[in-house]
Amino acid sequence: MYWLFNSSLGRKFIMSITGTCLVLFLLFHMCMNLVLVFSTEAYDMICEFLGANWYAVVATLGLAGLAALHILYGTLLTLQNKSARGSQGYSSGNKTKTEWSAKNMYVLGLFILLGLVIHLCNFWYKMQFAELIGSPDAVAAGSGLVIELFSKAVYVVIYLLWLFALWFHLTHGVWSAFQTLGWNNKTWYRRLHGISCIVATIIAIGFAAAPIYFGVESLLNGIMTLY
Amino acid sequence: MDKDINIKVRVWRQQGPKAKGHFETYKLENISGGTSFLEMLDILNEQLIREKQEPVVFDNDCREGICGMCSLYINGHPHGPDNLITTCQLHIRHFKDGETITVEPWRSAAFPVVRDLMVDRHAFDKIIQAGGYINVNTGGVPDANAIPISKLDADEAMDAASCIGCGACVAACKNGSAMLFVSAKVSQLALLPQGKIEAKARAKAMVKRMDELGFGNCTNTRACELECPKGVSISNIARLNRSFLGAKLSD
Repeated sequence: MYWLFNSSLGRKFIMSITGTCLVLFLLFHMCMNLVLVFSTEAYDMICEFLGANWYAVVATLGLAGLAALHILYGTLLTLQNKSARGSQGYSSGNKTKTEWSAKNMYVLGLFILLGLVIHLCNFWYKMQFAELIGSPDAVAAGSGLVIELFSKAVYVVIYLLWLFALWFHLTHGVWSAFQTLGWNNKTWYRRLHGISCIVATIIAIGFAAAPIYFGVESLLNGIMTLY
Repeated sequence: MDKDINIKVRVWRQQGPKAKGHFETYKLENISGGTSFLEMLDILNEQLIREKQEPVVFDNDCREGICGMCSLYINGHPHGPDNLITTCQLHIRHFKDGETITVEPWRSAAFPVVRDLMVDRHAFDKIIQAGGYINVNTGGVPDANAIPISKLDADEAMDAASCIGCGACVAACKNGSAMLFVSAKVSQLALLPQGKIEAKARAKAMVKRMDELGFGNCTNTRACELECPKGVSISNIARLNRSFLGAKLSD
């Protein structure tokens, strides 16, 4: 088990496994959000189901652990790679035509983390966390929070920017996870790259549906505010 | 016929491993387009010697793209802007009249500069010494078809074996990772019957040595395969990942 922590391939293995689990969570979370576009009652039922029940709390803790590992190892690997590169850079720059996202995964990750903090303050803090500490202000029905938040133009823009960064992160991340796990060859590279773009696009569009739908709705009803 | 052009070469000069380096710009006139990049540096060195200056130190040997000795990071690319060639196969016709060409040594913590454009690539030898061979004598060349090997495996092994160990992959990688080199050296043996037996131990030993020598972690940017003069594919890296993880999980 020690190899997981002291070998480069072990550390990458942790990155790919945690990343894959987070992608699966995103797919689940996205399906939940799509429900809201069709029915606020159904969405509130899901929120009720995922409140401060023991299984939801356990799952939240597991998810937090996965995210923390992914961020921790991302930081560790980035620092190691920086020192492996050496202090002297190239004066003529690097003109290799690599994908932009592949070279900026850490910056994209930090941006996603920033969005995540805002997102947790917007929802999780007022819902599950408030319920856990027994606050009287705890919100059980999430639909009201979502509709209220996306009647503010700033939040619609922030969430869309956040999803844009996530899209870039996933177009590289998904195929990269397969590559790191060794599930790739010359034929599958093209397929996996395609799958990566499709998964990233499905997730980005699926998540963008709620802010766009409720943003436009509030705009049409004339209740949209700036912030 | 190729035109003769005038160029400026901006070269990294560094007296020794510990010395502080700097760029020096030299003018070269009437260089034929058919001159190879290393011949251009020879012309520059003759000019420097005539002017009683120190010639530029750079690695070179076969000058036909098979030995892997020439290095040089030219205008933002290892082995220069052309694809699938080493620096000795790069020609001056790829540059414009009046252009300033920046020439730098490989930059990586595992490849320290020896002098000027020459870097110490012993780290690659150390990785090979860790297991990049077969422990027993497998005899002379066997008769064709005496050992059945699929065409697919034979081709893949041959493609992996085309790695000349020049270090362009490390030089191109933003992480200074040697994964393309190591994976090619592991694959060329692991794909064939003689090398298959020790495949797991070899993958573990070579990765361990690679980590110890201070190479970075692969983040799949593909810069290595895009700059590799021999077009070695990152599918070799996937194969190395697969055999390394398999070996560790079966331990």
